Parts: sequence; structure tokens; C-alpha cells
Amino acid sequence: MTTAATAVDKRMTLHDAVRRFVHPGSTVSIEGFTHAIPTAAGHEIIRQGITGLTLVRMTADIIVDQMLAADCIDTLVSSFIGNSSAGSLGEMRRRLEREEPAPLKFIEYSHHGLVCRYIAGAKRLPFYPIHSYFGSDLPTVNDELRVVTSPFPLEDGTFEQIYVVPPINPDVTIIHAQRADRAGNVQMWGLTGVQAEAVFAARTAIVTVEEIVDNDVVRSDPNRTIIPSHAIDAVVMVPMGAHPSFAQGYYDRDNDFYRAWAGISADPVSLHEWLQKWVYGTANHGEYVELLGDAARDRLRVGSAPSLPVDYGRRIPR
Amino acid sequence: MSQTDVAMTDAGASVEETMTVTAARALVGKHRVFAGIGLPTLAVALAQETVARDIEVVYESGVCGAHPSELPATIADAVLITGSEAVLSMPALFGYVLQSGRIDVGFLGAAQIDRFGNLNSSVIGDWARPSKRLPGSGGALEVLANAREVFVVMRRHTPSAFVDQLDFCTSAGPERIRAAGGRPFGLGVTKVFTGLGTLSRSAVGEELVLTEVHGGVDPADVIAATGWPLHVADELHTIEAPTPEELDLLRNKIDPKRVYLR
Repeated sequence: MTTAATAVDKRMTLHDAVRRFVHPGSTVSIEGFTHAIPTAAGHEIIRQGITGLTLVRMTADIIVDQMLAADCIDTLVSSFIGNSSAGSLGEMRRRLEREEPAPLKFIEYSHHGLVCRYIAGAKRLPFYPIHSYFGSDLPTVNDELRVVTSPFPLEDGTFEQIYVVPPINPDVTIIHAQRADRAGNVQMWGLTGVQAEAVFAARTAIVTVEEIVDNDVVRSDPNRTIIPSHAIDAVVMVPMGAHPSFAQGYYDRDNDFYRAWAGISADPVSLHEWLQKWVYGTANHGEYVELLGDAARDRLRVGSAPSLPVDYGRRIPR
Repeated sequence: MSQTDVAMTDAGASVEETMTVTAARALVGKHRVFAGIGLPTLAVALAQETVARDIEVVYESGVCGAHPSELPATIADAVLITGSEAVLSMPALFGYVLQSGRIDVGFLGAAQIDRFGNLNSSVIGDWARPSKRLPGSGGALEVLANAREVFVVMRRHTPSAFVDQLDFCTSAGPERIRAAGGRPFGLGVTKVFTGLGTLSRSAVGEELVLTEVHGGVDPADVIAATGWPLHVADELHTIEAPTPEELDLLRNKIDPKRVYLR
């Protein structure tokens, strides 16, 4: 039996996927918690010169610094704006500390707050409650953090006050994964973060993958599918599309590059030279990977640690 | 341990090593710890070898029961995932594990701390136009609100870090939570490990007081390095120097490549 959903071929180039789903002024979510950050898609947004974006990302790291420097982002919604533990994001700090070369509107959250916004968005709820924010100064700078009274009494008969966060429904969510089939059944392992919620919250979704596999491969392990094809609009094969982050089982994190970014981004001139060489100077991510070279690819190579297969069983005809 | 091994670890302990050992000793009796990389990872690894063999680390990336082949470079390092016992999604990690109160001890750092253990990791100066923009909460706000207690690690003990008034309160302790109309869950910050000693408190409403100093540190110097009028505990201890066994574990087994220890 084959269903119509899996017969649709959603493969396209990264250029075409970004052209079709990311527009000036769009609200774009780019997720991937350290693992499987869709860097290549961010670079393609830069190449196409798309501006005025509201970018939503829990951990706004190097890709956000690059998109800021390329003037793609007007508003940032985030819960952590740092380069992991490897130093500062130069462009971010210039914009927030000195409004150079332009101010950035920043809507600040904590991690669980943004997770709850994605959950509310995915469920099309008007808000989502969370045991955070009392006593913090964040509600004084973010008026989206609001208090409601629970309609249900506590054991002592009183009614609890609780913070709620609004839903987020991005125009497009972009994620990276190890593999998908042509229809967009996304299979992922290792850290899966908030990717499923971010995709279900969105109006459209792009997945970039290390490999496109046959539908049979997906169906051999359906529990590995974190997002079914009906939630995905574009499937784009982009090997090493998460560099300098990593793809579990495919290549490791480029820690040298993370450490180098503080220096590259410290000065706007060196940052723009970097963008010129690695993004504007490459036609697509394939050329970026070529530029990276064999030595870097070899440095990031990982050994094998396969999971043992599980047995789903099959009905014996009687 | 052979005589040779003892001799190899005989060099005096660094401040970081002493802080790590002090934090590890404080983990006695604890089961589930929420820890970032660096000193907290080392402290838990040392506790697993000494005072708390069944202690489990939950990483903010969602990894539980990690068995890394080498020390992780980040909380999301691939070596934490391979061979681990569980990898949780963000809604499960923050919602079902942290917010539900399953964490005994959360480790945090901060740019500023006040006398009640409220933390600033957002900005130096005014939020709207900071003199220094810092990374922000991440999950710190949730860790302080939802862990049973929190240990803070701050290597630099200076008046600009230990302040009378935070420039911005990112993560609030139970006193501020209650004052704002919330229902606090845990004890908030109970220990602060610094380059000069340890500040502690045992109950909500108490100020952090100086309970331990590193060997050779005058308590007057700690008071001078603290931006609020720091009280000294009636029984002030000097931190017992790391034992040869503890140093051997740290230097030769836990961090042999000196990833974190210098």
C-alpha cells in the first residue's frame, strides 16, 4: 500500500526553497540546539539578500551573528545570545551595546519560555503556562510575559498566579536533520531539541538533510521519524549543511571555528571579509564545503557507533 | 595507588582544583545534578569516584546518563550522546525533568550575584543600552526556580561580581519569587564556590555568609572583595587541601589532557 502523502516529491534546491518560503519581513525560526544547526540555509538567506526578518532561535549563535552582519534581521527573539562557551558574538554586541551599525530589536526569553511558545504555537493555543519569571527582571523588558490566575484551586483553596507566554507561529521554520525521504519524513537521532515543536508551530517548513533516503529506509524504523512528511514543505539535500555545528554520526563539531569566531567577528571589516569569502563568494553550500577542504573535513570525521536494530515484527498470514 | 603516583600528584593544588574538590565534596548525598561543562562537570566526575557514586548528571542539551569517552567540550558534545542512556527533547528536559522538580542540585555561573543568590547573566549596565551585553538566561532562570538547590561557581571574587544591587536580575531566588507573587519551590542558591572561599546558606531568607576560605586567605580580604557587608560564619573553616587521591583522580583520570584544569 502506498498513500498519496508519501508519493509527493518535495525535493528542491536550497536556492529554490529559500526563494519560495523566506520573504522580506518573514518571521523565520531556525532551530537546532548546538546539534544540526541549519547553517547552510542561513547562508542562502544571506546570499539572497533577504531583509527585515524576525528571527526566532533559542540559542542565537554564530549563524545569527552572520545574518545580523548581512542585515537580514530586524528583530531577534531568543533566550541565549552567545557563542557557546567560545567567546563573544561581535556583531550582536555592537548592535545591542552601541547600535552600530544599526539598532536591533531584541525580545528576550529564557529557554523554557521559548520552548513553551513553540508548544503553544504547535497546538494553536492562545498561551502556555510556565513556572518561571516571578522575581526576574525579564518581564520588565518583555511585555509578552504576562500573569494569569489559574481557574483551579490549590490544595489550600487559593488560586495560583502563573506566567504565560504567547504562541509563536513562524512563517517558516528551518531545521537540519540526518536524513529524510523525498516526501519529507524527517529522521533524526542524537539531540532533537525543539525541532518538532518549531516545525509543527510553523505555517511552512524546510528541512535540510545530510542524505535523502528511500521511503523503505524510513519505514524500516518509523519511531526514528521525528516529523512526518505532512508537516514539511521542502526537502533539501545539503551534505555538511550544519557546519560548523555537527551532525551526529556524520561529522563532528568544528570547535576550532567556534573559537575563531570571536576574533573574526570582533572587527566589522574582518567579519565582512569572512562573509565575502565564505558566503557571497560561494554560489551554494557545495562550494562552501569545497572551500573548507579535505583537511578540515578529515579533522571532523567521526568513527562508527551504530545502534542495534529493533524488531518491529510482522503479522504472520494465517 | 603506588608511591610513584602519589609523587606525580604531589604538586600543590591550583585554585581551580581546590574549588572543584570543594564542590565535589558538597555533592555527598545528592542524586541528580544539572551541570554545565567546566568545573561542574569535573566536580560531578570526582564525586562519582568518591562521595556520591550513584550521582547522575542531566545536561541542558537533554542528555541523561552520559558515558563520554573523553571530557565534553560543550553540553551538547557528540561524545555525550554516543553511549548515553537517554536523550530528551527540550520540552521533556525543561518541562518534565526540570520544572517538575526532579533535580537535586543545579550548577550555575553568573556575571553578578547578590547576598540572596539572585543572579545576573544578561547585562552590565542598563538592559536597553548595556555597557556589556552577556548571553542571557539560557536555562539559568529555570534552574534557579526549579532545582531543589543551586551551587554557583564564580572564580573571580570581586566587588563588581558580588554586588549589593544587581544591574539586572536574570534568575531570581525564592525570596524574590515570593515577593513578586510566585510560589518558590527550592532553596535557591545554597553554596557559592569562589577563588577565595565558599559562601553558604541553609534556608530561604538567609543571606549568604562566608563559611570557608582557601588556605592562606584572610577573611578580611573576602569581605573587602564582596560588594555587600558580608558576614562571616561563627565557625569559619579553612578548606581542607585536596588529598593526593583527589588530585590523582582529577589530573590523571578525569582530566588527563588538561581540558579544563590548567
